[in-house]
Amino acid sequence: MSETSSEQVLRVDAYPTHEVGGYRVRAGKPFPFGANVVPGGVSFSVFSDQATSMTLVIFKRGEPEPMAELQFPEEFRTGSVFAMTVFGLDHENIEYGYRADGPFDPATGHRFDARQVLSDPYARLIAGRDVWGVEPDRSRGYQYRSRVCLQDFDWADDTPLRIPAEDLVVYEAHVRGFTRHPSSGVTAPGTFAGLREKIPYLKELGINCIELLPVFEFDESDNPRTNPETGERLYDYWGYNTVSFFAPKAGYAATGRYGMQGDEFRTLIKDLHAAGIEVILDVVFNHTAEGNELGPTISFKGLDNATYYMLTPEGYYFNFSGTGNTVNCNHPVVRNFVLDCLRHWVADYHIDGFRFDLAAILGRSADGTPLPNPPLLELLAFDPVLRHTKLIAEAWDAGGLYEVGNFPAYGRWAEWNGKYRDTVRSFLKGDPGVTGELATRIAGSPDLYSSRGTSASVNFLTAHDGFTLADLVSYNDKHNEANGEGNNDGGNDNASWNCGAEGPTDDPEVSALRLRQMKNALAILFTSQGIPMLLAGDEVARTQLGNNNTYCQDNELSWFDWDQVDGNAELLRFTREMIGFRKHHRELRSTSHPTGRLRDSLGLPDISWHGERAWQPDWSAESRLLAVARCGAGDEDVVYVAMNSHWEPHDLELPALPGGRSWHLFADTGAEAPYDIRTPGTEQELDNAGKYLIGPRSVVILVGRANDPDPRDD
Amino acid sequence: MTLTVKERRNKSGTVLVATGEINSETSGALLQALLPLVREGRPLRIDLTAVTYVSSAGLRTLLVVYREAQHAGVAVTLYGVSEEVRFVMSATGFLDFFETGEAAAAAARAKVAR
Repeated sequence: MSETSSEQVLRVDAYPTHEVGGYRVRAGKPFPFGANVVPGGVSFSVFSDQATSMTLVIFKRGEPEPMAELQFPEEFRTGSVFAMTVFGLDHENIEYGYRADGPFDPATGHRFDARQVLSDPYARLIAGRDVWGVEPDRSRGYQYRSRVCLQDFDWADDTPLRIPAEDLVVYEAHVRGFTRHPSSGVTAPGTFAGLREKIPYLKELGINCIELLPVFEFDESDNPRTNPETGERLYDYWGYNTVSFFAPKAGYAATGRYGMQGDEFRTLIKDLHAAGIEVILDVVFNHTAEGNELGPTISFKGLDNATYYMLTPEGYYFNFSGTGNTVNCNHPVVRNFVLDCLRHWVADYHIDGFRFDLAAILGRSADGTPLPNPPLLELLAFDPVLRHTKLIAEAWDAGGLYEVGNFPAYGRWAEWNGKYRDTVRSFLKGDPGVTGELATRIAGSPDLYSSRGTSASVNFLTAHDGFTLADLVSYNDKHNEANGEGNNDGGNDNASWNCGAEGPTDDPEVSALRLRQMKNALAILFTSQGIPMLLAGDEVARTQLGNNNTYCQDNELSWFDWDQVDGNAELLRFTREMIGFRKHHRELRSTSHPTGRLRDSLGLPDISWHGERAWQPDWSAESRLLAVARCGAGDEDVVYVAMNSHWEPHDLELPALPGGRSWHLFADTGAEAPYDIRTPGTEQELDNAGKYLIGPRSVVILVGRANDPDPRDD
Repeated sequence: MTLTVKERRNKSGTVLVATGEINSETSGALLQALLPLVREGRPLRIDLTAVTYVSSAGLRTLLVVYREAQHAGVAVTLYGVSEEVRFVMSATGFLDFFETGEAAAAAARAKVAR
């Protein structure tokens, strides 16, 4: 019999000392916050600085009315923390919340209301939105119900992959959207379990990191709008409106109705790791689902409004997030909350990194002023538990703070490089005067990240927010009518070009050009220095029919159509080979910015720029052609990428290679499939070694490597 | 919903037949029934044919029994797992830890075929 059997360890604190409301209780431990199963009962701990009293409210699972209300005895309070262990509770069959009593005086920031049952900010599970899309009963007083659970998942030998940042290929996906489409063929569409069944697809694609849109519990039904064209209800589909920060979204789990979303999500993560794929979560700490003074009271507002939110001198909510409220994240208590939350996801869910929505807010003080040394950002950068996680900032906010290149990084933070996106899009559509900045961007943006290296730059052309890649080359304008806001929502500055027709077309020339433009985009993205990020579905030309803000569209507009895996096999193959090519060539993943200095082993600089003539790039305003050659970083090969956004072809003179090497063709987006791209390592040697004709609006990728053996030698 | 358990012994080992739901209320009794059987050291089969639901606490209880059996070098097999219970076990990762009767039978057939 093992020593780890169910034989109980005797503990003095496993015995009650008081009776409250018919339950045997004792003082709990202030830390950790939340509800934790302890010998014989459950320990509850909650913080409120200004509450005059606190009551634990316990419900039998699913029941509208409480089964018990237990006011914390004064002696159970340590500082501003109320902590109590309640014995004899069946933790699996209860839900709990708090009533916090105190002043209701919005002018001084306080909004206590003991009539409200508040959700525990540290709840590890939330009930109330167990199955996606089920219309909630809003007559119930307590909507988002905290639940108790064990944190005892068996991870077996799962360990962090710690893939070096420069080697990442990030894939941005929506848990539900990835498999909800009827074509997905998975057992439980739209869930963590469904995504788990698609791991082989991800592995074959070659990505090694999946970045998930928000998975913390949110309420998909909190969108009051309807589609004006169809009358169908709209949702909060993306989920950038967090209800509970420690709880995985139940509606994303096939087993959410059983309260097993935690284990289902962990199982997905474990299997992704086993497949060599890291998991990054898109997290939203800049605001909460409680909105402004007109919004609902869910948790923070009723527990300690003045601590958790940035308030104006009159007690109104600052709105740097554009969504009604702004989390006061540099307050010492709040920054510890953020830290506890991220530690929880790393320690209990084995998450590998985080992308922070509107992260510029995380650098603001209580009155909104940007701080020179934001304590929260420093704390996260140096925290022992988060030490090896990836931290990625969306380095701007809705209050006008734009910090791309200037985000307080502490040597740890990477950024979504919005300037990369804008520059490459502008070049692709054929704008003049872009080649100079294009060179900077594809070299890892040394103007922005000279002190941090290339992997501080997350390069992307498309993301959930904005056009998909297919729509970027199919629409000049956004078409967001279905969102019910008169096409006024979503960005207007898309730098998109429809290739000659707006939207779907039968014109074969337009269709061919669009496909070529998508390949051009992918070829540039995967040969740029920095971390590439691909939007899920772009590899199969996923369209949102010109809608660049599908935050509310839980339908085929947003879902990944798996029929396109066969339907757009040519683009999928191109993407796979491009990802493979990046893995094959270390110089594309070099962490240091290139300097142009000579590589002794090759007699070539680490980076060199070319135009129609070798060594003579054309930086003039009218130039739409740029070629770059890279070598070094331990690679024996030279990689040459020519990018032509001109509508005319150009004869390229290729730079001469050091002895024993010749140019081999890897990709030419102007060529018909299957000759548009090859498998890395099988590039074909050029017949005319010194020249190459690049077609209109095309990208050509060559590899300078050892000459192929002469077949006559066989 | 209650849970009843019945033991049946045969030459090859012990079969415990469970009927009802395995949840936080009933899993304690199941554990008390199973641990002595594990201690006996005979191969143990847990028949879940008449089990309609296994909660999170129930799955954890089964896994605890399985771990104890591993530690004691005793073979434990789950049998008669319904489609719904199997799906829940699969989605939450518990199935990865158990040898189910169906899987064991399939493995045996594969061995014969080879």
